[in-house]
Amino acid sequence: MSELSPLLLSRIQFGANISFHILFPTITIALGWMLLGMKLAYNRSGNFAWMEAYRFWVKVFALSFAMGVVSGITMSFQFGTNWPGFMEKVGNVAGPLLAYEVLTAFFLEAVFLGIMLFGFRRVPDWAHTGATLLVAGGTTLSAFWIIALNSWMQTPTGHEIRDGVVHAADWWAVVFNPSMPYRLIHMLLASGLTVAFLLSGVSAWRWLRGDQTEAVAKVLKAGVLTAAVLIPIQIFAGDQHGLNSFHHQPAKVAAMEANWDTAENVPLILFAWPDEAQRKNHLEIAVPSGASLILTHRADGTVPGLNDFPGKHPPVKPVFFGFRVMVGIGLLMLAVSWAGSFLMRRRGPEALPKWLLYTLVGMTFAGWIATLAGWYVTEIGRQPWLVTGILTTADAVAKVPAPMVLSTLLLYLATYVALLAAYIVTLFHLAKKAGDAGPPEDEREMFPPVLTPEAVPEGRP
Amino acid sequence: MNPFLPAEWLPVIFAGLMGISILLYVILDGLDLGIGILSLGQSNEHRDSMISSIGPFWDANETWLVLAIGLLLVAFPLAHGIILTALYLPVALMLIGLILRGVAFEFRVKAPAHKKPRWNFLFFAGSLLASLTQGWMLGAYILGFENGLIPTLFSLLTAICLTAGYAFMGACWLIHKSTGVLQRKAIHWAEITLLAVGVGFAAISIASPLASPRVFERWFELPQLLWLAPLPVLAGGIFLWLWSFLRKLPLPQDRLNWLPLAAAALLFTLAFLGLAYSFFPYIVPDRLTLAQAASAPEALSIILIGTLFVLPVILAYSVLAHWVFRGKATELTYH
Repeated sequence: MSELSPLLLSRIQFGANISFHILFPTITIALGWMLLGMKLAYNRSGNFAWMEAYRFWVKVFALSFAMGVVSGITMSFQFGTNWPGFMEKVGNVAGPLLAYEVLTAFFLEAVFLGIMLFGFRRVPDWAHTGATLLVAGGTTLSAFWIIALNSWMQTPTGHEIRDGVVHAADWWAVVFNPSMPYRLIHMLLASGLTVAFLLSGVSAWRWLRGDQTEAVAKVLKAGVLTAAVLIPIQIFAGDQHGLNSFHHQPAKVAAMEANWDTAENVPLILFAWPDEAQRKNHLEIAVPSGASLILTHRADGTVPGLNDFPGKHPPVKPVFFGFRVMVGIGLLMLAVSWAGSFLMRRRGPEALPKWLLYTLVGMTFAGWIATLAGWYVTEIGRQPWLVTGILTTADAVAKVPAPMVLSTLLLYLATYVALLAAYIVTLFHLAKKAGDAGPPEDEREMFPPVLTPEAVPEGRP
Repeated sequence: MNPFLPAEWLPVIFAGLMGISILLYVILDGLDLGIGILSLGQSNEHRDSMISSIGPFWDANETWLVLAIGLLLVAFPLAHGIILTALYLPVALMLIGLILRGVAFEFRVKAPAHKKPRWNFLFFAGSLLASLTQGWMLGAYILGFENGLIPTLFSLLTAICLTAGYAFMGACWLIHKSTGVLQRKAIHWAEITLLAVGVGFAAISIASPLASPRVFERWFELPQLLWLAPLPVLAGGIFLWLWSFLRKLPLPQDRLNWLPLAAAALLFTLAFLGLAYSFFPYIVPDRLTLAQAASAPEALSIILIGTLFVLPVILAYSVLAHWVFRGKATELTYH
């Protein structure tokens, strides 16, 4: 096998596509609910700062949503162009789950997004709030179906194999497979944390620029407090998810812990350099019996090692380091959000010291990095399987010549790098523009006149 | 397993659903892409109006492509693999086009002002690239993914024709959605592109049977010829009527501004029916029939139940969205 086989190139291409894609749903899932919260806070309190916040963040939502849509379409084609073996083997299970995602979620989001973004003056207020709710619900429903499919690929249940092809036997067992609830909760919380730090980071940046309006203060506070509430829940949920993986996918957990030999009193490795050739770790710093304690809740508990799965365990380094990056960022999130919440308890954001504001700016996209690291752990950790025990990744790949895959891979990479740069530049440009414009003088300015008046319902300004 | 429906009907029903999705995509997003193509070189004011007219809809319009490809994926997994690996490069280029077009909607109004011309250009270029590659794929599909000079030239022809067709749809949409100078421009564009569409339809109708013996057989053998004959006759009639009607526009009080759009949609529907007729029951021309490529009946049944419940709801709220944003396009403001 040459260095750049179609398999490796297709895997890199799929990895690049899905990594780029997941960044944006991770934002829109939770940001939809945050926007609904801002809208409801405005409706209830009548405080215009909430509407100002909504008006700014709905632009970020629209931008993120468009990025998610276009990269999502790419995903739906990748199955056919690069992985035809996947649908041929498990299409009877994967197909309906994907179909239900499109039917129940995609159209819902797409149609009501138009009303949410541009319909404020054209529909009654309750309908606009309803559209916001439906869009937020649509993004979450989309996550539900795709997580169901991904989890089934990790821990397949409820199916039977006839003539070498997978058929669904029990749809309930397929959708609510053993790892599904854990993965769904873990991902929804990850989305919440990503958005909490996005809100905090951009607001802290505006605050540092001198843009210290009530709207910025409210969002900054909401972001930090949301993070402070979600992060302990996430740490607990992540631990439960890990135990679930330990039960169903021991090879993955062995790679996460870089544990080579099955043993009792397995240490928790804080840092090491795993060496797959020599099947041992270099430069290991570890807490004695830590892994046994976490995974089995007993210091002398037995933890299976990688050598129990010869040739059938995932590559160790990416899983091992991905896991540490994710956990490290999680702990940092805990420290920063709790410190911020404590300092803000009386005087709000004015009490925040500069170093903490700068830290929040630096952590604007911390959620992205942790989410990607976590997905790398679980997806690379599933290798060499595409669907655990049923289909290997190598058996699903298309026989497209390597140069062709390489050319499209470079095309996608160039596009994605450029778009990611444009997204981040535009995000801060929007924040700067909002600050330079200052808060609106009065309500009238918030609703600029539209060109034709005919479609404005009666009773609206 | 399914008391209401013989299992052998399922593939046909799914082919029908997929056909409806493709047709809706071609009409709805076709006009979006057409607007993108026509946006090149317009004044800022006109370009803004043009893009505003599709702003609230494009996302939902594009979702019909996801449904179509999703139905192909889930209902005919074997065909999905064959078709998409055969069209590997044009699919990738189309996706790049759709990506650029889609994000340009947002970036052109949100990025720093000096970058706006660049995003306007990418909006045009993405729309053009997506249209050309879709037309290219249509040609490759009609000829059963053969290689060689003739299939290449034929794909080139369909690429240009479909692009002209999308520009025509876009112009008709704009006649409905715009006023004044822009509307008169749109009428003019519709006239020019209608001519291109006419030439394109004729060229594809002549070239398809010549390039593919199977299509020739399908079309020119009795008694099939009699079944097929109404399609080109009707299409020709609509074409001639549109040709004279566009010259009379705009009518006083802007009456019937929606009629060219409806006629354009009908033209595309007729062309689509003609193509569907040429290929049934094959899903990969001459290689794979619908039945051979279909998923297991249980899988199809469970999707069908969902589809029958959800599709009317989708259609209902799509109509709602068009009703909310009815009338002439206005400047799009976030609240």
